[in-house]
Amino acid sequence: MDFIVSALDYLLGIPFLGWGHEIGFIYKGLLLLVALLVFTAYVLLADRKIWAAVQVRKGPNVVGPFGLLQSFADLLKFVFKEPVIPAGADKVVFLLAPLVTVLLALAAWAVVPLDKGWALANINVGILYIFAISSLGVYGIIMAGWASNSKYPFLGALRSAAQMVSYEVSIGFVIVTVLLCVGSLNLTDIVTAQTQMGLAYMLHVPQLAFLNWFWLPLFPMFIIFFISALAETNRPPFDLPEAESELVAGFMVEYSSAPYMMFMLGEYVAIILMCALTTILFLGGWASPLDFAPFSWVPGVIWFMLKLCFVFFMFAMVKAFVPRYRYDQLMRIGWKVFLPISLFMVIVVAFVLQLTGWGWHGGVA
Amino acid sequence: MTLPLFFFYVFSTIAVVSAFMVIASRNPVHSVLFLILVFINAAGLFMLAGAEFLALILIVVYVGAVAVLFLFVVMMLDIDFASMRQGLLQYAPIGVVVGIILLLELLLVAGSFAVSPHVGTGNVVPMPDGINNTRALGQVIYTRYVFLFQAAGGVLLVAMIGAIVLTLRHKPNVKRQDAFKQISRKRTEAVEVVQVKSGQGL
Repeated sequence: MDFIVSALDYLLGIPFLGWGHEIGFIYKGLLLLVALLVFTAYVLLADRKIWAAVQVRKGPNVVGPFGLLQSFADLLKFVFKEPVIPAGADKVVFLLAPLVTVLLALAAWAVVPLDKGWALANINVGILYIFAISSLGVYGIIMAGWASNSKYPFLGALRSAAQMVSYEVSIGFVIVTVLLCVGSLNLTDIVTAQTQMGLAYMLHVPQLAFLNWFWLPLFPMFIIFFISALAETNRPPFDLPEAESELVAGFMVEYSSAPYMMFMLGEYVAIILMCALTTILFLGGWASPLDFAPFSWVPGVIWFMLKLCFVFFMFAMVKAFVPRYRYDQLMRIGWKVFLPISLFMVIVVAFVLQLTGWGWHGGVA
Repeated sequence: MTLPLFFFYVFSTIAVVSAFMVIASRNPVHSVLFLILVFINAAGLFMLAGAEFLALILIVVYVGAVAVLFLFVVMMLDIDFASMRQGLLQYAPIGVVVGIILLLELLLVAGSFAVSPHVGTGNVVPMPDGINNTRALGQVIYTRYVFLFQAAGGVLLVAMIGAIVLTLRHKPNVKRQDAFKQISRKRTEAVEVVQVKSGQGL
């Protein structure tokens, strides 16, 4: 029974009650979860507002001042509606699919460092963990498509599975190039490396810290990562799994009320995760872009959020003004353009690092 | 070390139960989903053993890619469950006989099984101190045994080319899109402005 007490202590320990040694893991997790969900609600609103602004509309502006409470109103509406489960559906898998989507999207956040030392779990294979979790994201969609027992969801699921598996390959290679430069799989190390070496140091202008970040030396990979992230999260212009003009709404056709909301939630949390990953890999994470007085006083987490919002703004703008890709073109650009370029870049970067001795050599191990 | 013990029991219980469910569930798609659960729990056990790189690679490769293909194939099978259950009693005796033979063989093997005293004394590469296992694996695979690793990669490449050669068919008279040609087309090559006199046509 010793190990059960130990597990409870680890999860629920509260110092001032005399039971436990540090603040339980579960409280930190809950704090991150609540913050993340509220942030997601506003990101969703921002997405709609930006989309509206591009089309010279006002967007949601009725609930609360400037429509700020729209997402919460939507939440209430979804929760209080009746979930309809088709008669021919596989009930368990049908309801499991949205759960899997949300759980996986949230689970990946456990290792994301929002500031120095702010990662919930600072594991030494952090980036691999995120890659593994995001490679599981396809299951939510496949399960939904199959369990609905209906044509359009099934077609949507097949498309989506092929698409996500294809773009994961080039995302993997992009991550490998960054890892070659850093020499560590730890996300905190990746950010630290970008603050301690790079172009600004080489040009003897360490104040311009934003030149240090990997977006500049690995610019082609930055672009490939951004586009692949759009495809991986099924964002427009790669939202073929949903493609409402041909598949009605793809794998989500049969879903209603709370399960549908969970799909939306999982999708947006995954999108924010991809924005955070772009920030960490290429935009210096929590590091200040200008390393002198007023800018270096700003806390790291604020820089992190600003960069994340900037990347998300680009996601939203792409959604607003790029038309949807045709399926064969999507596959072509994934396999025939991104894969060869990223594979070639892995070789080039490895050679350059080996021949010049650049790269970061200060990792934990 | 009591916390890892707790997680060991959690992972191994779920792994064993879902491994049983892989063969016990009637629906093949459920079987594959349980198989995925087994993989994930096995990854958890790897993680407890301190092999975090191996654990996550197991998830990326097996769960993220191989099992997706499994699921793809199984999902597309057209199975009539009613007709599958019909012959069950008819085939049950054969199944029982095969099962008993397998069980006896397994018992025979397990009965005479002993761990060789030479295990652990052979050519094992020890993990250096102060290096995490990702880096240690990298040193073993990409530095020490790099040629063998490259040879294994070459074998896989040959297999891949073989599969492509077997399935690739060149169909004549198929219009294909050449994106590069489309993008690099100029206006002068595509559009011709003609002054048409009224009443004459072209």
